[in-house]
Amino acid sequence: MPNGKPYLDFEKPLEEIELKIEEMTAHAESEHLDMSAEIAVLNQRLEKVRQEIYTDLSAWQKVQIARHPQRPYTMDYIDLIVSDFIELHGDRLYRDDPAIIAGLGRIDGRPVVVIGQQKGRNTKENLHRNFGMAHPEGYRKALRLMKMAEKFRRPVVCLVDTPGAYPGIGSEERSVAEAIARNLFDMAQLRVPIVIAIIGEGASGGALGIGVGDTILMMEHAWYSVINPDSCSLILWRDREKKEVAAENMKISASDLVELGVVDRIVPEPLGGAHKDPNLAATNLKQAIVSAIEDLNRRSIDELVPSRIDKFARMGKWEE
Amino acid sequence: MNWFERLKSGIQTVVRRGMPENLYVKCARCHQMALRKHLESNAGICPNCGHHFRVHYKQFLDLILDTDTFEEVASNVRSTDALGFEDRIKYGDRIKEYGKRTGMQAAVCVGVGRIDGRAVGVGIHEFGFIGGSLGAAEGERISRLIDRCITDRLPLILICRSGGARMQESALALMQLAKINAKLTQLADARLPFISVLTDPTTAGVSASYALLGDVNIAEPNALIGFTGERITGSSVGEEELEALRQAQRAEKVLEHGFVDLVVPRTEMKQKLSHLLSLLGETAGV
Ligand SMILES: [Zn+2]
Repeated sequence: MPNGKPYLDFEKPLEEIELKIEEMTAHAESEHLDMSAEIAVLNQRLEKVRQEIYTDLSAWQKVQIARHPQRPYTMDYIDLIVSDFIELHGDRLYRDDPAIIAGLGRIDGRPVVVIGQQKGRNTKENLHRNFGMAHPEGYRKALRLMKMAEKFRRPVVCLVDTPGAYPGIGSEERSVAEAIARNLFDMAQLRVPIVIAIIGEGASGGALGIGVGDTILMMEHAWYSVINPDSCSLILWRDREKKEVAAENMKISASDLVELGVVDRIVPEPLGGAHKDPNLAATNLKQAIVSAIEDLNRRSIDELVPSRIDKFARMGKWEE
Repeated sequence: MNWFERLKSGIQTVVRRGMPENLYVKCARCHQMALRKHLESNAGICPNCGHHFRVHYKQFLDLILDTDTFEEVASNVRSTDALGFEDRIKYGDRIKEYGKRTGMQAAVCVGVGRIDGRAVGVGIHEFGFIGGSLGAAEGERISRLIDRCITDRLPLILICRSGGARMQESALALMQLAKINAKLTQLADARLPFISVLTDPTTAGVSASYALLGDVNIAEPNALIGFTGERITGSSVGEEELEALRQAQRAEKVLEHGFVDLVVPRTEMKQKLSHLLSLLGETAGV
């Protein structure tokens, strides 16, 4: 992916400079002129402006980056990080849910089970993937694969990227609530290491349904919260347009969540977001996952499970 | 708090203006006016249509526990504004306001009591405190109740009435789902029974956490139970689809689909709990 198109609204200054560079390059070519010095100056400015924009992003801008249509999704990371990957299908109860991908593979040579929500890149894909919004079957497939990981004693890696679990009639009839609840319960006591990475959108129970683990990683521009800022705006402010304020108030960024004790480590993204350089983003993510697995492998599972339960039991702030 | 006061705080929204507040209330389901004292003598159930009103938590406890056996624990754990959250009003002010209105400092009350002489740990949501929503204080209270159940070898009963996780506590509220379920694994390891009572409404974060994970799940008639909360958002859902969704979320349908064991009227709840506890409570056997 050579550039960040489409541009996000706050990237307008970048778009203008890049357009100028394109024009100048075309002009230089057609007129056989050497404009490399001018172009170099523009490129320098481009990087400087980019630096400025991306060092101080608002919460809502991060949400926009996390939703960028070119952002790497679960399958992109699997392609770049997991070798010998083989996807497995179905929850053995009702059907296969394409909104969640689950399978076996290797990371850095180690056998692992990999699970993640998958969004689509176009309308056709999104119809198939249901925009990364899983039905109960998706969560039950995920749990089936986790139990398999437990049986064969390999770590579980979950990549979280969802606008939420699917809120439809089928979801209710087959109880997506129960499916998520069951995952929280079983993941808390699963007898293999679990590494979670929030790679894009981490919305609500739909995200947490594959989000309980020993080490919680979060990509620099991902977001994670109890509800998406759009719905929060509508419910608490009774106004669709307060989503930026809602995002700010909810403290949904990786750095906020590290401070709140919800996330353990931030995985740095390339300047401008993971979509600007998916290879680099994947390299960073792989490094973080491998180092987390190595740390967890040094501990016995009899120690790991109680400490995982304790980790979540300590979460939250109250007065006393 | 007398019975009138309790009922009032539980059903505030259905009191019709201009009517003597303490005499009549309007049923949300059949829209008939019911004499308050008739409701009182009928466990908060509409004498006309059988609708189960959202009664105050103390009244519910009175109905299922032996008289004067409830002893609250963790009452010093209080909701707090950890994020500096401000929507139309400051979350800190909201906590104070609901505190004044309900006399509570969190939306969940937990403690120990007795059912037909049998000691139990019991936790209950109060809908009048920010929609019974689940935040960090509520999670911590339930967590301590589970510890108490394990220490004293008590069965656990959680009575749910909640719109879900509390938005003003954001990810910290979301994490309570995982926190409580992680604690429930310890209760299960100790082979102690967990009975979940789902009353109207039990939705979103609470349904996706402990509410549906009881060894036995009991619902009140017609209670709304499901993942999609009452305040559905987004314009994608039409009237008809929403109505179908709500039908699928009614207690009787949820039983049909296999996610609750029993639908039990409030008047029979204590007897049913007692019956279950007598069968689950014995650790002897094999
Ligand atoms: Zn009625």
